[in-house]
Amino acid sequence: MKRALAYLPVLVVVIIGAFAYWGLQGGRNPAEIPSALISKPVPEFALEGIEGVASPGLATADLKTGELTLVNVFASWCVPCRAEHAVLTRMTATQDLRLVGINYKDRADDARAWLEELGNPYLAIGHDFSGRAGIEWGVSGVPETFIVDASGTIVHRFTGPIVGDGQRRFQEALDKVMAGS
Amino acid sequence: MIPELGQFALALALVSACVQSLLPIMGAARGQTLWMRSATASSVLQCVLLIFAFGALMWSYIVSDFTVLNVVQNSHSLKPMIYKVAGTWGNHEGSLLLWSLILAIFGAAVAVFGSNIPLTLRARTLSVQAWISVGFLSFMIFTSNPFERIFPAPLNGQDLNPLLQDIGLAIHPPLLYIGYVGFSIVFSFAVAALIEGRVDPAWARWVRPWTLAAWVSLTGGIALGSWWAYYELGWGGWWFWDPVENVSFMPWLLGTALLHSAIVTEKRNTFKSWTILLAILTFSLSLLGTFIVRSGLLTSVHAFAVDPERGVYILGLLGVSIGGSLTLFAARAPAMEGGGLFAPVSREAGLLINNLLLATATGTVLFGTLYPLFLEAITGDKISVGPPFFNASFIPITLALVLVMAVGPFLSWKRADLKGVLSRMKAVMVLSAVGALVVWYLETGGPVLAVLAMGLAFWLLCASALEWARRVKLFQSGAWARIRRQPRASHGMSLAHIGVAVLVMGATGASAWKEEEVVFAEPGTQVSIAGFDLTFEGVENVRGPNYLAQVGSLVVTRNGEPVTVLYPERRSYPVAGTSTTESAIRQTLAGDLYVSIAEPAATNAAGKWTLRVIYEPLINFLWIGSAMLVLGGLLSLSDRRLRIGAPRKARAPKLATPAE
Repeated sequence: MKRALAYLPVLVVVIIGAFAYWGLQGGRNPAEIPSALISKPVPEFALEGIEGVASPGLATADLKTGELTLVNVFASWCVPCRAEHAVLTRMTATQDLRLVGINYKDRADDARAWLEELGNPYLAIGHDFSGRAGIEWGVSGVPETFIVDASGTIVHRFTGPIVGDGQRRFQEALDKVMAGS
Repeated sequence: MIPELGQFALALALVSACVQSLLPIMGAARGQTLWMRSATASSVLQCVLLIFAFGALMWSYIVSDFTVLNVVQNSHSLKPMIYKVAGTWGNHEGSLLLWSLILAIFGAAVAVFGSNIPLTLRARTLSVQAWISVGFLSFMIFTSNPFERIFPAPLNGQDLNPLLQDIGLAIHPPLLYIGYVGFSIVFSFAVAALIEGRVDPAWARWVRPWTLAAWVSLTGGIALGSWWAYYELGWGGWWFWDPVENVSFMPWLLGTALLHSAIVTEKRNTFKSWTILLAILTFSLSLLGTFIVRSGLLTSVHAFAVDPERGVYILGLLGVSIGGSLTLFAARAPAMEGGGLFAPVSREAGLLINNLLLATATGTVLFGTLYPLFLEAITGDKISVGPPFFNASFIPITLALVLVMAVGPFLSWKRADLKGVLSRMKAVMVLSAVGALVVWYLETGGPVLAVLAMGLAFWLLCASALEWARRVKLFQSGAWARIRRQPRASHGMSLAHIGVAVLVMGATGASAWKEEEVVFAEPGTQVSIAGFDLTFEGVENVRGPNYLAQVGSLVVTRNGEPVTVLYPERRSYPVAGTSTTESAIRQTLAGDLYVSIAEPAATNAAGKWTLRVIYEPLINFLWIGSAMLVLGGLLSLSDRRLRIGAPRKARAPKLATPAE
């Protein structure tokens, strides 16, 4: 028994080694965590608007309007969101885009002050104070932006701020979706 | 010419290592004294050759020799001299050369200073050390040659990643490597002992100083890395549970366990196979660290140039060394137990609990680090394991460790009187309870776990101080003479244990009661945090030697009284095409006021800056605690009983009184 037990460390090493060898094969990119929701219909959710903000709330039905929609997940406490906000505002001004927002784990007062300071490019904003809708959407962090097609199917998920190189990659993805539809 | 000489020296070092890996161990098997003695010459030769090779690479960096590919990729003629030198090990090839050099230095040190080690054990140890050298030198020569030339030579280099152009990071890798690689010699001792089939207290005594030296360096290296992340990355954190941090932390945890179990082997001639296993596993985890950093197996903020082919080579190396040594262990270890018996309450039992907790903590970190890989291989899901997992699993184990750690030094060998010990610690219990209550009063809103952690830290602090004071009979006449007379190792232990208490306080304070404000600022904007009022004055452009900087200034006041002015910077390095954050920190013992500035956000934000203002309470306790750990280790290392090659004093029996 003791003798068999002495081989336990070897066994552990062999197992870890086998996994590591597997991990070295092929073009893995461990940093890329894709969404499980791609090409699935948007999840069922219904969110109230932010208190004191003119934009209405957001629910599943608002994304099945027959038009392509961008769903941007943001929060006032998120620094990259500030940077991204200007880009999104410019995109809605120059391109014909329908942009809605999910305000993630944010206090209404903070979110309102943020929108008053930076402006409000969103047609509708759901106030996801508890983060429940965020779970439904599989949000891993803010900012995150989903492209939802006319039938309400999620076609692309972009993690991180849409600025600089991110803006270029996001625009490419958006153009591809637009060309396909 | 110089780089060619360096490459030649590298090849000769490999040849020397090959000889060393065979001749001495064969000599030990056949009883050929001369063959065994050859280990001294070959290990010193190998060391000298690698010093030359490393010097040659450093020379190429200093003179900015842009015919060498490695220099082109990692240096620039305008870079300050200190970072040109540091650039030598700031990349994959150079750091590998440094790794091999340290490996050879440890081998040569054993050869030169280990005259009190029996010839056969020394010969076998040096041969095993040379096996590791052969592995790494061949890896370097065949897959990552640092002296590769480039033609035509470019006019200038691509510059070192500016994040790495920092004094903390110039010293961090060498220290970390001394730690990692230092455990190699302990590993070699363990494998040699397995081959020899004998482990006794004398073996443990020879191994301890090496373990301690490696542990001290690793402690310093990890602390420096954490410090660097804190003030250079501008995220205001000091530990992120990133895979690369974890892989340096695991050998540290297990090395700490080894340090303690070797004491039991030395004093009580027991825990033998466990000590051997720890010695093997500690170095195995160091190797795993090298592998993970260089193979791109896991996602991490740190990364060397990633190349799967290199990964497969190192994996093979790991498989042979770890798998081989553990198989040897499995074959030999069951035969060598025995030694002193002990009661369930005793110093031995205390150290056993310490070892179990540290091993569990290591296992937890290992599992958390590799879990994304396991999951992806089995289900295809990609996830990342972050702080929530580690905080939930690692912190309770640490707290249990702190609880037991305070009691341990009071226990006597073989059989201890727990009731008596606890009654002596009554004052400590009261003090730590009061301490916890005071913390709770001051920070009622904070997490309960933090109050508990602070209470336990007080408990450890007071208990360690009490144990030391009782041991040296501090309040009786002649205390200073007793302090002088007692072994330094025992003072080292007290200092290191107090260091852990201070460290726990720092970690708790900085994670539980941190305050953070992020504002979108223009000149005149005010921020209030932790009683301080900061006024943003504006930004100026400044030119550095190889960068351009935008320096913000913030006037800090408290209750209207001026405190200081902080100057956070944003530097951009035109050559490397990247930028770094130089945060401004006002350091006090109570906590740091930390400001970092970020690039102005897009168009509609012209003239505005993103300021991140953080108040980190007790953060400096982390660095003070780490320094105490290092000093405690150094103090123990300077103990005459452990001193390498120190002549034995005539009155040795008196010094041997167990006082720890």
